[in-house]
Amino acid sequence: MSPLSRRRFAGLLGSTPVLAWRPRTAFAASPPRIVIIGGGAAGATTARLLAREGGERLDITLVEQTARYTTCFQSNLYLGGYRSLDALTHDYGVLARGDGIRVIGTRAVRIDRDERSVHLDDGRRLAYDRLVVAPGIELMYDSVPDYSRAAAERAPHAWQGGAQLRLLKSRLDALQNGEHVIIVAPPDPYRCPPGPYERASMIASLFRRRGLPDSRITIIDAKPSFSKQALFEAGWHRYYPNTIEWFPSDIHGGILSIDIEAGTVETDLDTFRGQLLNIIPAQRAGRIAREAALTDASGFCPIDPATMHSTFDPAITVLGDACIAGDMPKSAFAAHSQARVAVASLLGELLGRAMPPPRFGNICWSLIDEGDAIKVGGSYAPSGERIGSTGSFVSQPSDAAGTRASNHDESIAWYEAITTDMFGRDA
Amino acid sequence: MSDGAALPPPLAQPRVKVPEQASAGELITLKSLLRHRMDSGNRIDGSGHPIPRLIINRFIATFDDELLFSAIVEPSTAENPFFEFTARLTRSGTVRFLWIEDGGATVSIERTITVT
Repeated sequence: MSPLSRRRFAGLLGSTPVLAWRPRTAFAASPPRIVIIGGGAAGATTARLLAREGGERLDITLVEQTARYTTCFQSNLYLGGYRSLDALTHDYGVLARGDGIRVIGTRAVRIDRDERSVHLDDGRRLAYDRLVVAPGIELMYDSVPDYSRAAAERAPHAWQGGAQLRLLKSRLDALQNGEHVIIVAPPDPYRCPPGPYERASMIASLFRRRGLPDSRITIIDAKPSFSKQALFEAGWHRYYPNTIEWFPSDIHGGILSIDIEAGTVETDLDTFRGQLLNIIPAQRAGRIAREAALTDASGFCPIDPATMHSTFDPAITVLGDACIAGDMPKSAFAAHSQARVAVASLLGELLGRAMPPPRFGNICWSLIDEGDAIKVGGSYAPSGERIGSTGSFVSQPSDAAGTRASNHDESIAWYEAITTDMFGRDA
Repeated sequence: MSDGAALPPPLAQPRVKVPEQASAGELITLKSLLRHRMDSGNRIDGSGHPIPRLIINRFIATFDDELLFSAIVEPSTAENPFFEFTARLTRSGTVRFLWIEDGGATVSIERTITVT
């Protein structure tokens, strides 16, 4: 209705010309431009796979603001002392040097869907023919009473890698015997469903190694149940008796207030005390996806399960934690799997390649104690308008010790494989 | 607050929520949670041996000497038994929550309510 369309308005402002703007239909004349926002499990995998398969027939740009990327996956093992932070930290050097991918180390601030361009923090704009949006999650700090971005400096969430992870680790390493940890676990859907419970296991393991027999972990959960619950609880009884206490939402009745200085979490049932609060708030798709109107009322981005295209914009693909992946959990494995389907779809559209039937997979491993890892996984395929499960498996309480040990070995091997897919390796 | 002289390890301090004050005849909600493994007797440990049954088999809540709520608890009950119930009181008094474990060990806790 407005006489001034969004595109015209941008034109009137006329401040920054769109870089290398070409008509959308000029694929044959020059390589189609693919811009990827986010260099995590979905984005980095997409960039490298496209470069490998498309070569010089594609113009690929990866926008990732951090030069050094610390994986959230397996970061609980760092908290427990089973992985070094170095082993979880990667850079984009190999990817930028050898793969024909332009890496831009700044922040993407806005997507202009009418203009088909991405606005960068430094004022530049990147024109795209296809855009891959893989920004991960945004934390909804105000989903927990009295919590905020500023409060996260004193009560870390440690749910997005990097500085928060180091902060939580340093606080854990400074705890004295008899001091307690409270984990506030988020509502569904969220990144890494077994994550809070693996984290509790790893903290309990750290307590044991550090000689803190009187320290406890209390989990105040926004959910009435959780992933691999029976397996975790059996492990907690076995390895860490009377150390981890879990309170489901229907028993604690909801968080009324928190006081970080006093170290208290007040719920309808009781007030819990701990010297270290690890508060993991509710989550939604990364801000840039939401502001580009790629999300629905759930806060995440609906996609076409056959192609991973946004249902709101066929020029945009949404991958990883930001998308609504049906029965798939939000995990690095899932994001990587979605990237493979998205790449096959893009190669079909842009280069005329035959696309194999879309199939997805996932495995989530969780380390309970040294040499004892459990796993849950499944296979998935498009089912109507969503990604549906086609089969699943989960560890059993009766597993032999050797099975649990090989689960852990498998998870380490998977980590090496996926980070090689994401970042490459020096020759 | 514990009655048992030699409570076995699974019994721990209970958590209860009881309003400190209520109006006469007002419907109030009382909640109680006891941390307890509730070993059903059907599980095996890591080395293949059965874990003996050890559960809370009885829960009783009284108001002074009147019965408010009681439950007979069976082995399939989940760990950390939680009871929530409602009551209408017409006078001030003391609510006592009592848990009884297999073998007879008990734990209890009391809260007073002022009714106006």
